[in-house]
Amino acid sequence: METDAEPQQQLVETLRDELGLTGTKVGCDTGQCGTCVVQLDGLSVKSCLVLTVQTDAHEVTTIEGVAPEGGLDAVQESLRKEHGTQCGFCTPGVVMSLRDLLEREKEPSEARIREWLTGNLCRCTGYQSIVRGAQGVAAASVAAPTVDTAVGTAAGS
Amino acid sequence: MSAERRVLGVASDCREDPQLLRGEATFIADVELPRMAHMAILGSEHAHALIKGIDTSAAEAMPGVLKVVTAADFPGVMPLPCIWIPGGVESHFPPHPYGLPGSRPVLSGDRVRHVGDQIAAVVAETAWQAYAALKAIRVDYELLPVVTRADDAVAEGAPQLHEAVPGNLNAYWTCGEKEKTEQALAEAEVLVELDLVNQRTINSPMEPRGAVGHYVAATEDYTLYASTQGPHNHRFLLAALVLGIPFNKLRVIAPTVGGSFGTKGYLYPDMALVLLLSKMLGRPVKWVDTRTGLMRSTVQGRDHRQHVTLAGTRDGRITGLHCTSYANLGAYPSTIGPGVATALMGRSISGMYQIPAAFCEVYAAFTNTVPLGAQRGSGRAEATFLMERLVDRYAAEIGMDPAEVRRKNLVPDDAFPYENGLGWTYDSGSYRENFDKALALAGYPDMDARRVEARGRGKRLGVGIACYVAICGVGPSTRMSQEGMLGGTWESSNIRVHPTGEVSATVGSASTGQSHYTVYAQVVADELGIDPAQVQVMEADTLRAPYGQGTYGSRSFSMAGPSLALTARKVKEKMRRAAAALFHVDVDKVVYGEDGVIFVQGERETQSKTFADLAMALWYGWNLPPEIEPTIDETTFFDPPDFNYPFGTHVAVVEVDELTGETEVVAYTAVDDAGFVGNPTIVKGQIEGSIVHGLGQALMERAVYAEDGQLVSADLRDYALPRAADVPFFQLDRTETPTPHNPLGAKGAGEIATVPPAAAVVNGVVNALADLGVQHLDMPLTPEKVWRQLYPEGVAR
Repeated sequence: METDAEPQQQLVETLRDELGLTGTKVGCDTGQCGTCVVQLDGLSVKSCLVLTVQTDAHEVTTIEGVAPEGGLDAVQESLRKEHGTQCGFCTPGVVMSLRDLLEREKEPSEARIREWLTGNLCRCTGYQSIVRGAQGVAAASVAAPTVDTAVGTAAGS
Repeated sequence: MSAERRVLGVASDCREDPQLLRGEATFIADVELPRMAHMAILGSEHAHALIKGIDTSAAEAMPGVLKVVTAADFPGVMPLPCIWIPGGVESHFPPHPYGLPGSRPVLSGDRVRHVGDQIAAVVAETAWQAYAALKAIRVDYELLPVVTRADDAVAEGAPQLHEAVPGNLNAYWTCGEKEKTEQALAEAEVLVELDLVNQRTINSPMEPRGAVGHYVAATEDYTLYASTQGPHNHRFLLAALVLGIPFNKLRVIAPTVGGSFGTKGYLYPDMALVLLLSKMLGRPVKWVDTRTGLMRSTVQGRDHRQHVTLAGTRDGRITGLHCTSYANLGAYPSTIGPGVATALMGRSISGMYQIPAAFCEVYAAFTNTVPLGAQRGSGRAEATFLMERLVDRYAAEIGMDPAEVRRKNLVPDDAFPYENGLGWTYDSGSYRENFDKALALAGYPDMDARRVEARGRGKRLGVGIACYVAICGVGPSTRMSQEGMLGGTWESSNIRVHPTGEVSATVGSASTGQSHYTVYAQVVADELGIDPAQVQVMEADTLRAPYGQGTYGSRSFSMAGPSLALTARKVKEKMRRAAAALFHVDVDKVVYGEDGVIFVQGERETQSKTFADLAMALWYGWNLPPEIEPTIDETTFFDPPDFNYPFGTHVAVVEVDELTGETEVVAYTAVDDAGFVGNPTIVKGQIEGSIVHGLGQALMERAVYAEDGQLVSADLRDYALPRAADVPFFQLDRTETPTPHNPLGAKGAGEIATVPPAAAVVNGVVNALADLGVQHLDMPLTPEKVWRQLYPEGVAR
């Protein structure tokens, strides 16, 4: 997608207000909550801390670009199995953060997952089902080594 | 099919989840209407001041600004009401025109009483323009002295907040038996006392609040979209008590709500403002709060300062309990805050224990802080904290294992229904079973070995137990009126059967993340013997549902759930009557099978109809006798005979780092009893989230007000919330003791596990530091606070 942006415009504003991609959320004013996490060239970033102009010629993936049509990607599917979403407000950011982690590391430890998620606040789940969901993705990808492990194609394996 | 539950009581995936996981749900910030304008609200910079003047001219000239309003623009708008003053207490607050106690005006005109107190609002073409214009509003303040603590507020010479409320005292409220308790204390073999601070906390749902108002001049209809737990309540309060418009001219819709934990059940100025401004401008008006805005204006939780005393025998029998509490209501009485701070806390202080004499007195006072409301577990968490801290203190005093002291004083199974002497009648319980199960699961007998092992790693291991009873299921309307609630607290449901056999169920509650649609569909499907996929569930829109009360106090499954079950039984009854007519038999001969097949007794093979067959037949309405109306559309307003009382036992194992004072919760065991559980997946999720909420209060959360009333912790950098790395996996189990007060046997579940963790963790840390002579530490247990206990003299540089 192409859009023009003012120099001071935050990426999250462009996504939500200009492009109508409202799956990315705004939960704070200070880069603390993680509800606005998107992937920038695969790296998870807080889109309130990135200026839109910085993303020129880079690839931004939002929650809208994750699931196969009508379905769920591997991270979403594993979170669904663990009920890793309650109110759902932190969920898009959590999904985007975990995609980044699980694209880098096949079998992150529990401690690694918890450390990775410190950028995402959740007030509903106590992180229990989210961490289990992340472990579930890792287990599924390890159990099916012949599947292309790029996130998105391992879904349903 | 067996008689076993096929649908309800079974864990399942949640039907809400795929949409949430894909980011496709519509939250308030995602609501877009044509020609929508955007509102920003100016909050006071000062905690207490007279407003000598407001100049909005510069703001009005800013780009995109459509309207700037102050209190002067709304002379006919009534103040927000307070609908829960403690029972038996007369409100001193200036009355609302309808005779209810009043609260704050929609905008404060001549005086502000807390930082963030709403003074003016700007509407502009964009949100940025509205926020930019706020900065151009000039307010001339004359500063007044400030008080932020409840005990200071009721002291002689304290700054006064409200002319009508002398001494800032909203209520002196008591429960229990004063003289009997004082006598028990006077005659006690052992007396232990504690001074406790149950600190102010900020709920912090991840979604800030928001509202969209839409007035249509042609029809004079108002629509409010708001992140609310109680659309029906807010409709009533706004239409009848604030705006003074006909009830049927206001529709309230809650879109997907991103967490609440108590806060979004309250009536706020913004809800009225978006409607008033939409009418003024002829355009929809949207307002979405910022995080700092939320922290300065959305109700906060807890905030009691207490002196508590326990009397007992040398062999571990508790004989008396006394509590004096100073409760901080903030600057104004919030919608139900004054009741939360008194009855919910005071009547709950004896917890799981049989105590012959108990008394609680609460001084509920106004201060220059954000108004107080409910925070997940409200009242009951504060009560449990004082009781469970006292039990540990008592156990240490008499040299007995704290587990043994608890076991010795639990209300026995044969004592139910049990009157706790403070006003609650516990419905049912199996406390001993629950307690023993939790201690076994936690490995309590093996702790000494673990202590030694931890010490070898430079860690002091401590174990803390906390038991609780959490009144839920609000509730019995007449009983609540005795507690001072001004309104009914029943819950509604409606089931409409469509001609093709699908059904639509509408309910008066409003989910803020508790997967209501999933579990309600289970209730209906289970009763009717149909597939949950055939059941559509709707709530949170006043046009769709019958009247309802909303979601608060863990009431949804134990109020709306039974209501739905009763409605489904009416559906079944009508189906049986219709089948009897069609088969020309007596209705007593018609059986409604568990699989949704309706048949003549003994003639299932030849004389039967499916659910869908009868739905169609009733839709046509052909050949029905005159006493049977066509179609099925049934409604129930469920008002239970009494509350329900979930309970449980939690055990925290903590390790305190001997060098840094850092506390880590290394193991956490919770055995909760919510009666009959409709969907174990959902309840497990609620328990897990609740525990972390409680751990947050124990270890890191605190709303910090400076002496001048500034809220120092006004964003998520300065207000600490638990993160994933702060908690371990938990060990959970349940006991299941049904309540007799509703047809499902369900008790509250959503917030109950927030009630004990703070006590369990503090008990654990005090246990870890016991040999240093530590008897109590106030929350939050920051590393510095603990370190000062480890190194009272400091360390040499």
